Amino acid sequence: MGAQLRLLRRRIKSVKSTAKITRAQELIASSRIVKAQLRMQAAVPYEREITRAVTGVVSNTASVDHPLTVEKERPARAAVLIVTSDSGFCGGFNANVLREAEALVGLLKGKGIEPVPFVTGRKGVAWHSFRGREMGGQWTGFSRKPAYSDAKEIAGVLIDSFSAEDGVDEIHIVSTQFVSMLTQEVVIKRILPLEVEETDERADSTPLPYFEFEPSAADVLDTLLPRYVESRIFSALLQSAASEEASRRRAMKSATDNANELIRTFTQQMNQARQAEITQEISEIVGGASALADAAAGKE
Amino acid sequence: MAKLRVGVVSPEREIWSGEADMVIAKTVDGEIGIMPKHAPVLGVLVEGGLLKIKRGDGEADLVAAVHGGFLSVADDEVSILAEIAELGSEIDIARARSALERAQASVESGQEGADAAVEAAAEAKRARARLRAAGEEVG
Repeated sequence: MGAQLRLLRRRIKSVKSTAKITRAQELIASSRIVKAQLRMQAAVPYEREITRAVTGVVSNTASVDHPLTVEKERPARAAVLIVTSDSGFCGGFNANVLREAEALVGLLKGKGIEPVPFVTGRKGVAWHSFRGREMGGQWTGFSRKPAYSDAKEIAGVLIDSFSAEDGVDEIHIVSTQFVSMLTQEVVIKRILPLEVEETDERADSTPLPYFEFEPSAADVLDTLLPRYVESRIFSALLQSAASEEASRRRAMKSATDNANELIRTFTQQMNQARQAEITQEISEIVGGASALADAAAGKE
Repeated sequence: MAKLRVGVVSPEREIWSGEADMVIAKTVDGEIGIMPKHAPVLGVLVEGGLLKIKRGDGEADLVAAVHGGFLSVADDEVSILAEIAELGSEIDIARARSALERAQASVESGQEGADAAVEAAAEAKRARARLRAAGEEVG
């Protein structure tokens, strides 16, 4: 009995220390969500303006004939940018993204298009290299706090590959969208060839004004489109960072709850074991005493 | 008089927004001044250019160093989209000056190959724009 008691005590101690860690992780994640959300909101004005500018150019020039907007007739290869996290402890976050990415890869293969994965985040990179899949590009180390320069680097590689003769013909992005603290959704978007997303506010208001261009529409488009792609990737990275923290907070909260539940059960078991031990000791003492008493009585 | 609604935004934050009488920026074609009721324009800004926002009403003009980006004007709304933009009041003059000296030194020594030279020249341009935005004289 004594051994069981010691065992239970040890388990309670270890579960308690785990609970402390997960609780701390939960609190850290909650404070990080707020920061990630602020960064996300700070990026909104730029994204809105650049979307408006692109929409302006595209709607002005009747036939936009830019390499980044032209769809190839028979796309042969498609890049799939998969946005995952660098660290674990965030529940099904990465698994969800990778599952959706797999579905997209299957879909592309079905259409006869060869998918090329481009991966950001250590978890996604590990997932791909473990399965021996070749990646077109990989980036790690910024999933929690992406900077614009990170998005620029990724966009640069993707656009280069898109413009190259034997490169990719389509670029898709699989990432997690931050809907609210409780809901995050995995979304798949095609970013190239460009499908300009109309901003909601423009839908019902006046038609877009007729722009003049400095120096020319083609030059403006040349510089504007890559920036637009960068901005879309940056926004995906920011959304993913916020979602990662939200899903980490949730995972850590349930881990803490579970640990507390375990501690309660173990404490109950331990108390039972202790009581049983005490009862046994008492009965042993009583038994021993009465045996002595019997022996003493027999002598007389 | 009608006012312009001006917003200076970078990908990571909104740098400034407010009302102004006139906005002067430098596009690839040359300087452009925007006043209310200007026709819609979309322009590409030069690397290391200056942006001047005349606020009127006795308020001091705003000057910013803008490194690349776009200017878009529509319906008296002016947005400046810049990858990097710094307000004159936020610029660390000593740092910009030392950056300029460093960049100039590496331009003059000119030993590091073509890419590095281009990079250093761009850096010098940026530093100069920064100093000008902060109201310093630059040779």
